[in-house]
Amino acid sequence: MMLRFLRGGAVPMLSLVLLAVVAVFWLLLGDRIAGASAMQSMAFQLPELGILSLAMMVTLLSGGLNLSIIATANLCALAMAYVLTTHVPAAHGFMWGGWQVIAILAGVGVALVVGLINGFVIAYLGVSPILATLGTMTMCKGLSIGLTRGNVISGFPEPIVFLGNGTLAGVPVALLIFLGLCVPIAVLLNKSPFGHKIYMIGSSEKATRYSGVDTKRVLLGIYVLSSLLAVVAALVMMARFNSANAAYGESYLLVTILAAVLGGVDPFGGFGKVGGLVMALILLQVISSAFNLLNFSPFLTVAIWGVLIIGVTAIGVVLEGRGISRR
Amino acid sequence: MANFLELEAISKHFGGVIALRNVDLSLAPGEVHCLVGENGSGKSTLIKIIAGVLHPEPGGRIVIEGREYPHLNPVQSTERGIQVIYQDLSLFPNLSVAENIAIASHLGAPRVVNWRAIRATAQAAMERVGAALDPDARVEDLSIAKRQLVAICRAMAADAKLVIMDEPTASLTRHEVDALIRLVADLKRAGICIVFVSHRLDEVMEIAERVTVLRDGAKVGAYPAREMNDKTLATLMTGKAYAYQTSGMCFDAAKTVLSVSHLSRTGQYDDVSLDIRAGEIVGLTGLLGSGRTEFALSLFGMNRPTSGEIRLNGKPLALKTNAQAIEEGIAYVSEDRLNLGLVLEQPISSNILVTVLDKLPSRFGLISEATRQRTARRWIADLAIKAPDPDNAVRTLSGGNQQRVVLAKWMATQPKLLILDSPTVGVDIAAKDGIYDVVRTLAAQGVAILLISDEIPEVFYHAHRVLVMRRGRIAAECVPHESSEEELQAVVDA
Amino acid sequence: MPDRSNANPKSAALARFRRSHEFWLLAVIGVLVSALSLATDSFLTLQNLFDLLTSNAFTGILASGLLVVLIAGHIDISFTATASVAQYLALTVGIRYGLGWVALFAIAGAIGVLCGLINAVFVTKLRISSIIVSIATLNIFYGLLIFTTGGNYITSLPKFFRDGILWFEHEDASGVPYGLNLQILLLIGSFAVAWLLLNRTNIGRQIYALGGNKDAAQRLGFHVFRINVLVYGYLGFVAGVASIVQAQLAQSVTPTVLVGKELDVLAAVVLGGASLNGGVGTVFGAILGVALLAILQNGLVLVGVSSYWNQWFVGLTILVAVSTTAWSERRRRARGSP
Repeated sequence: MMLRFLRGGAVPMLSLVLLAVVAVFWLLLGDRIAGASAMQSMAFQLPELGILSLAMMVTLLSGGLNLSIIATANLCALAMAYVLTTHVPAAHGFMWGGWQVIAILAGVGVALVVGLINGFVIAYLGVSPILATLGTMTMCKGLSIGLTRGNVISGFPEPIVFLGNGTLAGVPVALLIFLGLCVPIAVLLNKSPFGHKIYMIGSSEKATRYSGVDTKRVLLGIYVLSSLLAVVAALVMMARFNSANAAYGESYLLVTILAAVLGGVDPFGGFGKVGGLVMALILLQVISSAFNLLNFSPFLTVAIWGVLIIGVTAIGVVLEGRGISRR
Repeated sequence: MANFLELEAISKHFGGVIALRNVDLSLAPGEVHCLVGENGSGKSTLIKIIAGVLHPEPGGRIVIEGREYPHLNPVQSTERGIQVIYQDLSLFPNLSVAENIAIASHLGAPRVVNWRAIRATAQAAMERVGAALDPDARVEDLSIAKRQLVAICRAMAADAKLVIMDEPTASLTRHEVDALIRLVADLKRAGICIVFVSHRLDEVMEIAERVTVLRDGAKVGAYPAREMNDKTLATLMTGKAYAYQTSGMCFDAAKTVLSVSHLSRTGQYDDVSLDIRAGEIVGLTGLLGSGRTEFALSLFGMNRPTSGEIRLNGKPLALKTNAQAIEEGIAYVSEDRLNLGLVLEQPISSNILVTVLDKLPSRFGLISEATRQRTARRWIADLAIKAPDPDNAVRTLSGGNQQRVVLAKWMATQPKLLILDSPTVGVDIAAKDGIYDVVRTLAAQGVAILLISDEIPEVFYHAHRVLVMRRGRIAAECVPHESSEEELQAVVDA
Repeated sequence: MPDRSNANPKSAALARFRRSHEFWLLAVIGVLVSALSLATDSFLTLQNLFDLLTSNAFTGILASGLLVVLIAGHIDISFTATASVAQYLALTVGIRYGLGWVALFAIAGAIGVLCGLINAVFVTKLRISSIIVSIATLNIFYGLLIFTTGGNYITSLPKFFRDGILWFEHEDASGVPYGLNLQILLLIGSFAVAWLLLNRTNIGRQIYALGGNKDAAQRLGFHVFRINVLVYGYLGFVAGVASIVQAQLAQSVTPTVLVGKELDVLAAVVLGGASLNGGVGTVFGAILGVALLAILQNGLVLVGVSSYWNQWFVGLTILVAVSTTAWSERRRRARGSP
């Protein structure tokens, strides 16, 4: 009976694990982890990792990988930060609002360019996604460092800061943005022709191409989508820290892959759902906050993430050997 | 003279599945033997037991040159002179010809590579086989026929006394098949045993001295080749008798769906012209390398011709992509079902719907799950696909059912012209019939069909007209109803 | 399938070289070197070339090891973490017990091999994709190292270590000593060993074979696990050696400084023609790849470009190089069939 439950995919299995983990930590930490303030702080931290994980997930589904999401996010954040700190007038008014919008558009523009480069090089030139995104990652980071010399740009207008730190009816705005993204992405993946094509390409690009699907265009679209998600993450990140820098969030890369794999995404492509990803993110956030409260060094934490990835993928391989589907 | 190899009471179970039951086999030195049987008959299991990759159930005996073994391992098997050339040849494309031939030396002592010895081994093997290859050429730059020679040289270099070849002629032109036959004759004269595993019944007959037929894991019998023909073999392999008849339908009154005029693509095919009318099945055959698949891909928009014209229902087409071809009403069932025809890991329903994703009824561009399931199930029912759950991966289906999924996905595009490229490869004889039925039904509905195939009986009995392609040109036309299978075979072989 | 083999072996070999990746790299490097020697006087000097070799020794030594892993068909980016661990442990133990060169290299190498072994087990026995394994082990090794050591530096290194070695010492006009120092010696040594391994040993050819066709290798009876252990172990060992070399150059042990350089090494090896799919790559190519990136970055500095722009140029070079390789590969395949 247990097996049948597990066969329902990642979500039921993860909910079980989550329940168990929360129970353990509640016993260890009591109110510190289960109380309202702990929940709130988790709710603030989760969105930026979550949006970045969505960005990683869509490329994993297509059988690829996007190593450049963090570097892209930082570059976009710097672009937006530059406009915000040099053009937004102090006085509130039309120009004040207008320039903030332009700042965001600037960030989106940068994201589009990076996404198009990634997509073109991978889909139309046939470069392996690891190498292509390695190249764009280095270029983005290089551009960020070259332009800022490693300095931080900080001090943004209130509406921007509100996006990262404000709440609406007690729920952090950032979390609303994240959940607000999950729904259309899930719908896109499950119900749109584009989404169906992504899954097919993830399992076999050649066979999908021979069926008349314009795989190059779909792949281009995926990497552009990934970049656009990265710029939303950038906005949330810079809002929360009220600053932008060339090297923020680099430790997130590993965690986005962990969240995806834990959430049931097949690292080779073709399978995975947003629901599973969200469950995995919640689980990881709880563990991370608990580690924080237990005063774990952040280095011990990343080591544990590493062990978790190995463990989870190994379990996935064993389960597959026993014929338990990952869907 | 004592037999080189004797197998007695060989059985093999995989869990509850009985792959082989009490099979025996004997091979005399220098004998050319053919092993035939449908998919799932146990051929590959038997080969793997001989190669030592699998062990038979206790009670079986393997006797090689008088020495008895309850089972073999790969090292023993190789030491006793058994070499298997698998269908994919198992070569290393990034290494040179010489290294591939002498690969066994890399596996033993001494640890340091002796390049001179490798060259010498390769040279010797090539001379023995009569192959003139550049020892430094990279295998990935070679044609399939040359690669096969490399594989055979490798077997020779390993001092083979028994060479087992799995589907050796599948990708060879007639010329190359002839060369292989001559080579086999030479090897035979040297006292080397050859076992062919093949489903190409007509070629089997040319080469073999004896034929062993397997069915459902059991040996049906061993027969001298000269007493067999492909029809009797087919009956033995399936246990059923198949009698086909040609169709004498006339299509002069039907409208012309496809009209190809002087289509050429440099280096692939030249000046091809043909017409197919609504409801007509036109067969296209000829040896490999005759340009058939390249021509088909041109009709499908994946191989731009250099000159000539394609008209569909009178409208000239300039196809740039296959999506365009599909839009116009052309569908193409690829000969490579596993890699190009299906996405094996994905569900049956996804595979059926992949060609029409942009056309399914949708609201705001979104396709509901209900629509997906409904459409998929309809096609599954229409084509009688034996699939308990449309969400299972297509990989779980048998070859015949997989091909039905492929047909379903193309029928969903409502084609005016359906191009079938070797549609029944890897499909059991019994299931082939079902596929032909589907094709005939489609034709009856007015779809024009181009049936490309290597198998003469297949085009002969299922096409209304057969065109023979040779070296890129249409060389002859044959009307089955007014001719005979042998005549067609002769034209193809000419 | 078009038959590209040629009847005449000698002209075929020459034609193969002209079409090869290494040829084009050599050409680009040639152009770069010429341009730089025209643009600035300080490029083609003994001082500069000596510094170039010394400062890129770490990357070069690692590249010689990573090449072997790529040829086998795997990828590894955890070797900088391995190097960090090896460096720290070897020098801590070495200083405590007053050990010499041989012991230092032995300990660092052994630790490297151990880390490599862990990677090999995960990749072969657990059958997890190698990029994910190495991202995970990178974080495991590095995380545990910093967690247990607190990120402390070691600056008081023994004198013999700080002095290093200098063979064939000679002084130039201004009395500056040149020679083969530890870095250059081991750089040459590691490429030499890699070449011997890949071209002169059976196991090296097995590595190429495994990378070229894994299924065939298994069917022919190759010990895949043993080869993977060797390959990852070799990279681990090389990482250990490189870490000592780097500590000597930097005259200190900073556990946090090595991680982050793995992508430079990967870029150099891929630039040199190694394919992520395996079975392809040569030592000569890897040397050229390292050289190209080194000369490029050196040139930028000499020409006066701020070092803050360094990374962008490297990224651009990687992108251009992999794009042209992939595009020419596509064209070559398209010429044959639809």
